Formats: sequence, C-alpha cells, structure tokens
Amino acid sequence: MISQQLIISGVGGQGILFITRLLAETAIALGAQVLTSETHGMAQRGGIVISHLKIGDFSSPLVRPGHADGLIALKPGNVELHRSFLKPGGFIAANSGAVAAAPELAGLSAGIDADAISLQLGNPQSVNLIVLGCALSTGRLFCSREDLEGVIRRKLQHKPPLLEGALAALAAGAGS
Amino acid sequence: MQGNEAMARGLVEHGCVVAASYPGTPASEILTSIDAWRKAEGVSMHVEWAVNEKVAFEIAYAASQAGLRAVTAMKQVGLNVASDPLMSAAYLGTVGGFVVISADDPGPHSSQTEQDSRLMAVQAKVPVLDPSSPAEAREMAGLAFHMSEEFQVPVMLRPTTRVCHACQDIVPEPVQDLGRKADFRKDPKRWAATPKFRYDLHLKLNETLARIAAYPPSAPRCHNPESLSRRAVVASGVSAAHAREVMNAAGLWDSCTFYQVLQPYPLHSAFVEKMHGYDEVLVLEETTGVIEMQLRDYRKVQGKLSGAVPEAGELLPETIEQILTRFAGRPQSELAQAAPAPGKRPTLCPGCPHRSSFYAIKKAVPKGIYTSDIGCYTLGINLGGVDTVLCMGASIGQAAGFYQAYRVTGEPCDIVATIGDSTFFHAGIPPLIDAVVQGARFVLVILDNTTTAMTGNQPTPSQGTPSGKGVDIASVVTGCGVEFCRSADPLNLPAFTALVKEALAFSRESGVAVVIAKSPCLVDKSVRQPRRPQAVVDATCTGCRHCTSQFECPALVFDPASGKVSVDVMICSGCGVCLEVCPVRAIGQKGENL
Repeated sequence: MISQQLIISGVGGQGILFITRLLAETAIALGAQVLTSETHGMAQRGGIVISHLKIGDFSSPLVRPGHADGLIALKPGNVELHRSFLKPGGFIAANSGAVAAAPELAGLSAGIDADAISLQLGNPQSVNLIVLGCALSTGRLFCSREDLEGVIRRKLQHKPPLLEGALAALAAGAGS
Repeated sequence: MQGNEAMARGLVEHGCVVAASYPGTPASEILTSIDAWRKAEGVSMHVEWAVNEKVAFEIAYAASQAGLRAVTAMKQVGLNVASDPLMSAAYLGTVGGFVVISADDPGPHSSQTEQDSRLMAVQAKVPVLDPSSPAEAREMAGLAFHMSEEFQVPVMLRPTTRVCHACQDIVPEPVQDLGRKADFRKDPKRWAATPKFRYDLHLKLNETLARIAAYPPSAPRCHNPESLSRRAVVASGVSAAHAREVMNAAGLWDSCTFYQVLQPYPLHSAFVEKMHGYDEVLVLEETTGVIEMQLRDYRKVQGKLSGAVPEAGELLPETIEQILTRFAGRPQSELAQAAPAPGKRPTLCPGCPHRSSFYAIKKAVPKGIYTSDIGCYTLGINLGGVDTVLCMGASIGQAAGFYQAYRVTGEPCDIVATIGDSTFFHAGIPPLIDAVVQGARFVLVILDNTTTAMTGNQPTPSQGTPSGKGVDIASVVTGCGVEFCRSADPLNLPAFTALVKEALAFSRESGVAVVIAKSPCLVDKSVRQPRRPQAVVDATCTGCRHCTSQFECPALVFDPASGKVSVDVMICSGCGVCLEVCPVRAIGQKGENL
C-alpha cells in the first residue's frame, strides 16, 4: 500500500493546483486513496499558496507539522517557510533559483534553477512541472516518471502543444 | 473530486432542478460544478449566477414552492445577505427538497469574518448538516433533500473550507430523473401568511424540530461502540476527520468513545441524554460551540465555552492532537507546530488595471478618504488606496456617511469610493440611490473588469446570459439620478487621472460623480489579452523606489546590490503603466521582438 504525505508550496499563479491534481490522479491510477487540500481566493493573488496531498489511509485533508514525507517548493523562499511540515529525513525538491547556495536552502535533496530553465524552454509557465521533474529525480516520490507522464498524456490529450510543453518541462526537471 | 464538485454531484444525482448562487470563497465552485454535471449528464436544469445571495435564495426557494428540488449555495457572509428570506422560509417551509449550502471559512482564509453558519441555522430554526469530507458532503446532499421533503423545511448543508477545497477519490452514482413538473399549489394562508398565522407556523416548526432531533439517518455515529471508556469525544465537520486520524496515530481508541455528529442542530435529544452518562465529554467543532451549547450539563463538558478548545481560528489537526492527548490523560510530548508564516502578502497581479486606478485616484485626490469594498481591489490597500472595507456595497454607503458626517460638523472633505462591477450590482445600487437622494458629494469609481475576478472569473450581469440581455452599468448609474458618469481605461494613466480630477471638481460642487474604470481582468481566460512588450529599466534609475512603494507592482523589484529597480521578466505583463509612474522616466518597453 502506498502511503505518502506531501506539501507543495509556491505563490499564486505558479500552477500549484495543477501539479497537486496531477499527483492525486496519478495516485488514483495506482489504486491508492487520495485526499488533498488546496488554497483558493484572495490568497491566490500573488500570495503564498500551499497544497497538502495525502496518499493512503487518511481521514484529515491536512498534513500535520513534522509528518510530511516530502516538500516540493516552487519558490526558493518557501523551503524555509514550510520546512516545519517535514518529518525527520523527509525530502525537499525545490526551485533553488539563481542562488543555489543560499543558506535557507541547506538540506535540499534536489534543487534546480527552474526559472532559468523555463525561460530556456520558452515556457515561463512550466516552473511547476520542472520542479516536479526535479522531485522525481530524488527517487523518493510515490510514483515513477512513466506513471506521471501517463496521466499528463491523458489530461492534455486534446491540447497537443500544451502536452508537448508539459512533457518537455518534466523531462528537463528530471535531468534528461 | 473537489468537495464542491462532490456536493454538486450529490445534488444532481438526487434530482436537483434549480440551482442559484453568488460566488464567494470557499463556495464558488459549487455552482460551476453543478453546471458541469448538468451538461455532462444532459439533464434539464436552471443554473444561474444570481445578482446576490438574497436573490439566489429566492430563485431557488420558489422552485421548491413549486415542488421541485432546488439548491442555493453561498459563502457564510453571503448568508447574511440571504438571511431575510432564510428566516421566513423556515416558517413557511418547503414542498420540493430545498438545500441551503453555506460554506464557512474558519481561519479565515478568504473572508471578513469567521462566523459559524450553524448559528444562523439555530436562529432560523432549520436543521443543519456538517460534512467531514468531500465524500460525506456528496452523501449529505442527498440526505438533505430527503429531510427537506420529509419534514417540509429548508435544510442547511454547512461545509467548511477544508471540505470545499479538499479533493478525494469518489466514484459518482447515477443521476435520478424524478420527472417532476413545476406545480405551485396556491395556499395564501401559508405562502403569504400574516403575523397571526406566523405564530401557528412557529409552533409547528418547533414540533418539526423535535421530530428532526429524533431522525435516525442524521443521528450521531459512534466510531468505536466497543469502547468502555467513561470519556466521550464528540466532533463534527472536518474536526471529526482530523480527530479520527489523530486517534489512529496516537492509539487513543481505547481511551475515549468517539462520536461524529452529522447534524449539529437540532442535536438529537437521545444523544444529549446519552452524553449525561459520561464522566467527561470533549467537543471538537468549528467555529463556535454550537454542539457544546446544546449539551446542557456544562460541568462535564469541555469545549470552546469551557476554554479547552480555542474560540477563534481554524482548528488544525496539530491543535486537535494536543487537546486530545491532554483529554485522554496522555503525557504531552513536544509536538511540532507549523512555523508562523508571515510569507508574502497577496498583491494585485502584475498589469492589473485596478493598480492603475488606485495610482490615479491617489494622484488626483491626494488627501481623500478612500472607502472600498470586497474583491481583488481590496488589495489596493497595499498602494495606500484603500482606507475602509466593511462588507459588500459599503464603499458607497460609507462614502455618503463620511460626507454627511464632515458636512454637518464643518468642512466637507474629498472622498473616493471604489467598488468592483460585480459588487456594484450585488449591493451598490441602493446606497447610490440613497446618496443621490440625500445630496451626498463624492467620487465613485466603479472598477469594471467585466468579471467577478477574485472568486474565479464568474460572469457579471453586464454580460447577460444566453437567454437574457446584459445590464449596462452606466445606464444603471444614470438611472439612479447621477449626473456625472464617464468611462475610461485606467491603463491610460494620464487621461484616467485627468478624468478622476474632473469628477472630483464636479463632486465638490454638485453631487455624486461616477467614473467607470473599464479594462479587462488579466486572469480572465475568456478575454483574449494582447501580447505587449515588457518593461525595462535603464541605467538612469535613481533607486528612489517610488514605483515599488507607490505603484507596488510585483514585477518591479528593488535590488539592494545595484541600488536600482529591475523588472521580473517571469511576471511582467507589459501593461506599460509604470512608464508613466517613474518620476525620472527610466522605464521603457522592450522591442516588439519579445
């Protein structure tokens, strides 16, 4: 039985909800139960956005501090902000931005300058999938890259240009 | 499925025919989802975004009077607006199942208050159901229809943010077509009851409530009936979901008997009696102690009133963990708490036309009182363009109130009210009429981005619907008797600033002057946005930071190292307004090759 609690954090407009649902649908495709909790409303306007994702036998939609298996941060500053959700030994995959050696980023399992890569890809909206790819590269996510790609293909099957961009971003983040 | 989608699914599965709502976080996706399920299932329904919650309530209630199943959905402060018909509808009752969804927002995450809609249900004397998960919210939608028809009363379904915006794996069930036709049976003694008959209706309602307090399907559920503990934990809503998980993790199932309350009001009378048999009872609920108040033996009961549970804010699982372990007599370990997160404050989006409107207002009316309203533009507070926010429509009522207060005690002052287009339709028209009639003098800027932006770009009345025509804001304004009403695009900053100055001059002499700031919302995907060249800051930037403090665009970033401002190319929308904002004109636009 898969059991994993994840925190996904960033700011409004980065596509946190998209990757949260992508991961949730991937978990369902793998036969697991899923609960997520999302941020909507005024907080989305450039403010901090956080998603809780719980895969397995849970009843509460929220992750308790000290209980997350992993933290996926789409903004460098959010690692410090939401690190307290991690359990000891939990992994962090983050957009480390241009300053990869900043002190608040100590202890990253995987960091990637997703802003720069997204601009190289000509797709500034793809930071979310690049960091998700980076999370895959830790080898500690509940699913494989193939699992995720399958769900992305299904979700975007009627939007070929978006699908291509999404798969390219995931691949860039995963390091291939 | 999101909680809101799941509730919508439950309603459509159980033959809902009419649905009306006004958007508000966390309830906004309910109506959109009802419409999506309607389309997907090809069922015949009337689904509408009403002009406000009171109207939405009345539209749906009439369908119930005509024998159809109907729902109205809103956020908790929306229920304040709809409270007038709610109180009365409880007395008159229903024919077709009638569900009132009022979504609460403990925290609050995106609301003015943390009010508990269940208290409104107590006040109105209607039963209320409290789902703990999206799956349960879907089931309760069906239960609510059945209860409403069996007892002939409106039934409130009260989810909270953590149910509305949680997602869960749910398998949909088939949609029932009840095949009913609208059939309003005239009965003026009931439907238009005079005060004498209302007394009888009140007596009848009290009897109905007593029967609902013994209704088996909505009775509290014991999750560990084998427990012999003399301690009971009573929880409802998402607090019950948190508590169950904490009980699992901490191994507390032998230490307390756990009850989940599905219907917090009226609390089942047999359950109230049963609680007298325990030595201690802990109540976990959001946001007010509604269940706790109905447990009459306060000496045994711990909860919000007793001080055992916080009376404000969201009841988070880590808080519940602390309370439960203490209640179970377990040693208190050092529990991890979330770091206090000051984080990033929300801001208007880069390129948002509201930012330009507020900048112009401050330029044109530097010493004014700025009353504002509920919407994205409340964030004009970051620019110093918002002094007051009370409730929907209050910007206009307060502007008139400030005018009268200053006039009657001395010199009138300059006042600028800002209100969004959707909020203007919702609650801005009666205070505008009042202002005109009472001779109030102020400038009203209607921020018209032709959408209800903050809640996810729902339509406003100005666009009309496929079956009805749009209502023009300027015509409404002039129809209210306003003699100065002009429209301009705030992204053209110099011209817009000049117009606000002109409006100010008019208002000082003659009365209310209205400026309609017309420019589309940038996140509204239904509007095609032109691609515009991004801003660039050149070497002449003096680092005065006028743009970052007074214009407050998140795409303009001060770099302490260079002492200059630069443009965040990840988010600059290319609106070009900052070119006019920079005092030394150090901002230009990139070539068209972008």
